[in-house]
Amino acid sequence: MPEVQPYKATERRAETFSYLPPLTPDKIRKQIQYLVHQGWNPSIEHTEPEKAFSHYWYMWKLPFFGETSVDKILAELEACHRANPGHHVRLVGYDNYAQSQGTAFIVYRAGGR
Amino acid sequence: MADKTYQAGVKEYRKTYWTPDYVPLDTDLLACFKVVAQAGVPPEEAAAAVAAESSTGTWTTVWTDLLTDLDYYKGRAYRIEPVPGDPSAFYAFVAYPIDLFEEGSVVNVLTSLVGNVFGFKAIRSLRLEDIRFPIAYVKTCGGPPNGITVERDRLNKYGRGLLGCTIKPKLGLSAKNYGRAVYECLRGGLDFTKDDENINSQPFMRWNHRFEFVMEAVHKAQAETGERKGHYLNVTASTCEDMLERAEFAKSLGAPIIMHDFLTGGFTANTTLANWCRKNGVLLHIHRAMHAVLDRNPYHGIHFRVLTKCLRLSGGDHLHSGTVVGKLEGDREATIGWIDLMRESFIPENRDRGIFFDQDWGSMPGVIPVASGGIHVWHMPALVAIFGDDACFQFGGGTLGHPWGNAAGASANRVALEACVEARNQGRAVEREGREILTEAAQSSPELKIAMETWKEIKFEFDTVDKLDAQKR
Repeated sequence: MPEVQPYKATERRAETFSYLPPLTPDKIRKQIQYLVHQGWNPSIEHTEPEKAFSHYWYMWKLPFFGETSVDKILAELEACHRANPGHHVRLVGYDNYAQSQGTAFIVYRAGGR
Repeated sequence: MADKTYQAGVKEYRKTYWTPDYVPLDTDLLACFKVVAQAGVPPEEAAAAVAAESSTGTWTTVWTDLLTDLDYYKGRAYRIEPVPGDPSAFYAFVAYPIDLFEEGSVVNVLTSLVGNVFGFKAIRSLRLEDIRFPIAYVKTCGGPPNGITVERDRLNKYGRGLLGCTIKPKLGLSAKNYGRAVYECLRGGLDFTKDDENINSQPFMRWNHRFEFVMEAVHKAQAETGERKGHYLNVTASTCEDMLERAEFAKSLGAPIIMHDFLTGGFTANTTLANWCRKNGVLLHIHRAMHAVLDRNPYHGIHFRVLTKCLRLSGGDHLHSGTVVGKLEGDREATIGWIDLMRESFIPENRDRGIFFDQDWGSMPGVIPVASGGIHVWHMPALVAIFGDDACFQFGGGTLGHPWGNAAGASANRVALEACVEARNQGRAVEREGREILTEAAQSSPELKIAMETWKEIKFEFDTVDKLDAQKR
């Protein structure tokens, strides 16, 4: 058993999957596929990192109701990122049956992680 | 009803209360009891006695029976079924008219259904297996003060289960040291920490001191991580006045969630607190001390699925459900049965999960099941597979017992949870591939790696005492 390690200074996190290494493009694709399979509506949001604690981030266009193409969703994420390079970009899956978000996770994290 | 005449004396119960031709109404409250009758008492008589003693009847005829419309108010035993694999017992189904019960009062329902009848001499043992609450009655109850959707929205947690930890040791920490343990857990990645149920306001740590230090820890961890956090501040107290005073103070400190022990505190206190939480926008975590006294004996008492339904009506946003895989009793199919009763809006009859009736909750919000008790990172794949996302997984020893401390333990649990969710979403069989999934995730998390080494041998493989009857076939 290795000796006791100190725990690092607290890092800012961003909810689901933010304790894993950054998702690779292939893994992001699979998560989007899951979102689509659940019948959820994809939606893209972005924000300046210092405002990330707020519930409300900027919407990128409108939710993409009925969109099931993973490639199109990826293209919109990329377009949002290109237009807002210093922002966090997250993907939301709206579950209109539960009247909630089925999932939400950061795809582009400002500053890399 | 002038055709009835009064005859003093003792009449067989079945003459009045055994009605096999009765078709229950949609508004009836239905109950299923498991009965073991005394030798020589026929099943119909025993079932009728249960119906009578839990509704309008008493041991002898009384003249005042004739002043009421007994045929409207009486409970009716309408069906008897054998218990699979057990000739000594049978199920008795009883229908009660809705007007026997005060609106919005699980207290009143329980006082009738599990009152005197449980001590009745002609019955050897009696267990309330299930209750069908008609939607008409459900609509008179407040239910969970917030519900699953509102909790997720408030706390901004989507697409994964929630993570918690009960602070240990259970008793004896000072308020400041206690807050330290909370801070470490939350900054490491947990969503919640929890007061142990025994912690109320003892000489070693008065409630107001605890609340202040804990909330400093919550606010600090929240500011540092950028994620929303909470600690279940236990407001269970010896009087409702004290309970509400503690709730008010918690709210004034910005606490998003408080906690109550619904069985030891009692349903009246619980409903009062749930109403307060609804009015004040505070989440309510419910502990269940004393439940095993009531629900563990397969022949006598109240099944946990009944307690679950009563809590959902009385009000609570979280309720402990058992883990299936940890240190405490809980059969897998039976547990899935009662977590459905917590979360879903309509649960069909399913004997393989111990559910005797369809239950329609209408629009009543759902309760988040809390899996807690002897679980650690190795259990995570099974927990994700059994409970899905709308659950809270609480690792007490499994966080605080990490060789590097609480923050490392918390981080290990969070990494394990996210790795399992990610893998599940990719279509992997999380339970079967659990070892590989965790091992992969541990490559980038030394905290998880150490946790896996620490707890790899710990299992709790004892047979369940209270097996489902359906499994004995």
